[in-house]
Amino acid sequence: MKREALTVTQNREIAPGVFEMALTGDLSAVTAPGQFVNIALPGRFLRRPISVCQWTAESLTIIYKVVGTGTADLSRLPAGETLDVLTGLGNGYDIAKCPDHVAVIGGGVGVPPMYGLAKALLAAGKSVHAILGFNAKSEIFYEDSFRALGCDVTVTTVDGSYGTKGFVTDAMTEADRYVCACGPLPMLKAVYNKSEDGQFSFEERMGCGFGACMGCTCHTTDGHKRLCKEGPVLERREIVW
Amino acid sequence: MVDTRVTLSGLMLDNPVIPASGTFGFGYEFADIYDIDILGSISLKGTTKEPRFGNPTPRIAECREGLINSVGLQNPGVHAVISEELPKLAKCFHKKAIANVSGFSIDDYVYAAALLDKEDQIGLLEINISCPNVHHGGMAFGTDPQNAAAVTRAVKEVCQKPVYIKLTPNVTDIVAVAAACAEAGADGLSLINTLLGMRIDLKTRRPVIANTMGGFSGRAIQPVALRMVYQVYGLGLPIMGMGGVSTAEDVIEMMLAGATAVQVGAENLVIPTACKDIIENLPAVMARYGITRLADIIGGAHHG
Repeated sequence: MKREALTVTQNREIAPGVFEMALTGDLSAVTAPGQFVNIALPGRFLRRPISVCQWTAESLTIIYKVVGTGTADLSRLPAGETLDVLTGLGNGYDIAKCPDHVAVIGGGVGVPPMYGLAKALLAAGKSVHAILGFNAKSEIFYEDSFRALGCDVTVTTVDGSYGTKGFVTDAMTEADRYVCACGPLPMLKAVYNKSEDGQFSFEERMGCGFGACMGCTCHTTDGHKRLCKEGPVLERREIVW
Repeated sequence: MVDTRVTLSGLMLDNPVIPASGTFGFGYEFADIYDIDILGSISLKGTTKEPRFGNPTPRIAECREGLINSVGLQNPGVHAVISEELPKLAKCFHKKAIANVSGFSIDDYVYAAALLDKEDQIGLLEINISCPNVHHGGMAFGTDPQNAAAVTRAVKEVCQKPVYIKLTPNVTDIVAVAAACAEAGADGLSLINTLLGMRIDLKTRRPVIANTMGGFSGRAIQPVALRMVYQVYGLGLPIMGMGGVSTAEDVIEMMLAGATAVQVGAENLVIPTACKDIIENLPAVMARYGITRLADIIGGAHHG
């Protein structure tokens, strides 16, 4: 973990209520896709934990949904603003544990971390089937970005307005036995039930985001884990629903 | 050159700044962030006789200038604290630490306190009779002067080291509880623990915290904490003052109210270097207010 001053270079709405923010600064603490950063906002006591979409040593892209007044404030920040950010939090996905073919499954704002993951998996020579789940066509973002990576992409919409009608699990194929997933709890559970192995990213209300407060502890088959420190990514065999 | 040293029941601290229990784990993880040997001491994560998972999540709710937590004394139990956590701390912290003990019965308190008292690394015990997040224990002992005295007396009997009782602000008369602890032999007092609070999610119309209520802490509670430290100072026991402390100025204000040492809690959760920043700023702030020896200002607001 590092505490860095990051400068906003871009902050734009890419789907209704969903924003993509690009920042520059020292991102050397980020070591794995699926990690998150924790952003301090003026006038707010707690930081806002947001997953890393993609990063380099000097740049960071995050995608967040406006869910309350804090993220609404974040969405109004213009380029040039500086943010106090804790970087490189959480464990992230372990690419070394992934087999040759991985289904990378994101639902809604669970999609962003899967972009950095898909990129890293492809760079490691793995084949990737990206399944991106949304409620409706109007909510879709990053489909083209995933396609540009050169992986198989299936988009699902609950209302059938685009791509495969239904849930992400409806797009899983015979080959998609090992999954890396991020999304709402019901989605994770459904993917868990349809997969054989994999890594799942969980969300919880956090206090500190770096392991000090014990606010986000969960049960696992391997004892108690802090989702901000030993998570947010758990291996399938560790998960206790 | 200013002198930041203070003495807490015979325990000499390089400075009065101590991370508060529950906001700093067992310390060693913060050693990745800064050299924790600069701290006056560390109040370790609340420890109980048995291991505890704590409360269901969500355990955290944000507030203006603070947060509510309902962690519920998650800890690995006193035996694992001694066999696993303290050795890890010993590698990166070379001063005496403060053991924070909680329980659900007087026997629980006595059991854990007696074991921790024997550890060389522990310089002082802080007995938490004020946790608002557990039923049948914690705060139930701290809201009644007789119960508070009973815990104090029982723990004092089995401990050689100084025993400080950590008080809850969720009482009508904190002086009555503090006086009962003093009467029962407490060596000092720690105050305040969190204020009982809650938040409701407007979308779901349900409490944010799974346990409905939790302990409110953070900058917002500083005036309440200061007032209570000021009130109990008259009893003559040394005090570790805490509640909303986030700056070196807050440390000095708390000491003027009567604290000998000052704990920093919620601030550690949002500024990981909070204690380090405060310690580094302390000499300049002391100089600004004409303080050369920090120990001289303890209780200063009570005099002339």
